[in-house]
Amino acid sequence: MNSSVLSWTWFHKLGSPKWFYGLSGRLLPWFSVAAVLLLGIGVVWGLAFAPPDYQQGNSFRIIYIHVPTAMLAQSCYVLMAVAGVVGLVWKMKVADVALQCAAPIGASLTAVALVTGAIWGKPTWGSWWVWDARLTSMLILLFLYLGLIALGQAISNRESAAKACAVLAIVGVINIPIIKYSVEWWSTLHQGATFSFTERPKMPAEMWLPLLFTVLGFYCFFAVVLLLRMRLEVLKREARSSWVKAEIAAQLEGRS
Amino acid sequence: MSFTSFGDFLAMGRHGLYVWSAYGICLLVVIWNLAVPMLARRRHLQEEARRLRREQSQ
Repeated sequence: MNSSVLSWTWFHKLGSPKWFYGLSGRLLPWFSVAAVLLLGIGVVWGLAFAPPDYQQGNSFRIIYIHVPTAMLAQSCYVLMAVAGVVGLVWKMKVADVALQCAAPIGASLTAVALVTGAIWGKPTWGSWWVWDARLTSMLILLFLYLGLIALGQAISNRESAAKACAVLAIVGVINIPIIKYSVEWWSTLHQGATFSFTERPKMPAEMWLPLLFTVLGFYCFFAVVLLLRMRLEVLKREARSSWVKAEIAAQLEGRS
Repeated sequence: MSFTSFGDFLAMGRHGLYVWSAYGICLLVVIWNLAVPMLARRRHLQEEARRLRREQSQ
C-alpha cells in the first residue's frame, strides 16, 4: 500500500457513522473542558478586568460575545457548504448529518450576533438597527439558515432533502464573502475586523487577549453542541445496525 | 480590576442594562443549544427502552 492510499483512509473512515460515533465520543470531553475553561477565563477577564474603551465606555464589553458568535455564524455556514459538497460528491452519510445538525446551531448564533450587535448599537450609534451592508448581509445569513431548516423538514425523503439542502448551502455561501468585505466595499457604520492574520490588533493586548479566549472558547462550544446533535442523529438514522443496538443497550444498562 | 466595587461592576458605567442584557441573551442561547440535544438523547433512550420491553414481552 503506498502512502497516497494510506493518507485517504481517514477520509473514507469519516464517512462511516460507526467510526464517527466512536471518535466523537472520545473528543467530546476534551472540547467540553476546553470550552468551559476558555469561555470562563475570557468572559471574566473581558467583563471585569479589561479596561473600558475610551470612546464607548463599558458597552464595548459586548464585543467578547458579539465577535465570537458572528465569526462562528459564518464559519458554521462554510462548514455546512463544505459538508454539502462532500455529501453530493462522495455520498457520505455523515456529511448530511453534519449539515442538518449545524443549521439550528448556526441560526441561533446568528441571532445572538444580530441581537448583541443591536444592543451594542443603541448606546454606540444611537440606533438599534441601521440598514447597513454588514447588518443586512448578516440578516440574510439568518434567513438562509432558517430556509435550510425549513427545507430539510419539508422534504420527507431523506436523500432528496439532503440533496436540496446541500445545493442551497453551497449557493448561499456567496453571502459569506459579502459579509466579510461589506465593511470595505460599502461605506458603513460597522467597524472593521478586530483580528487579521497579517496585522497586530489595533487595541491593547489586555483588550484583545480576552477576545481571543472567548473566540476559541466559542469554537470549542460549537464543536460540543454539534457533536452532541450529530451523535444522536447517527443513533437514530443507523438504528437498525448492530453496533447502534449494542450502544443503546450499553447506554440503557448504564442508566438503570 | 477595572471596577472599584461590585455595584460599580453591575452598573458598567451607564451601560449596565445593555451589557447584562446582551450577556443574558447569549447565556440563554448557550443553555438552549446544550439542553436541546441532551434532552432529545434522554427521550430517545427512554423510547428505545420502552420499545425493547415491548418486544421482549411479546
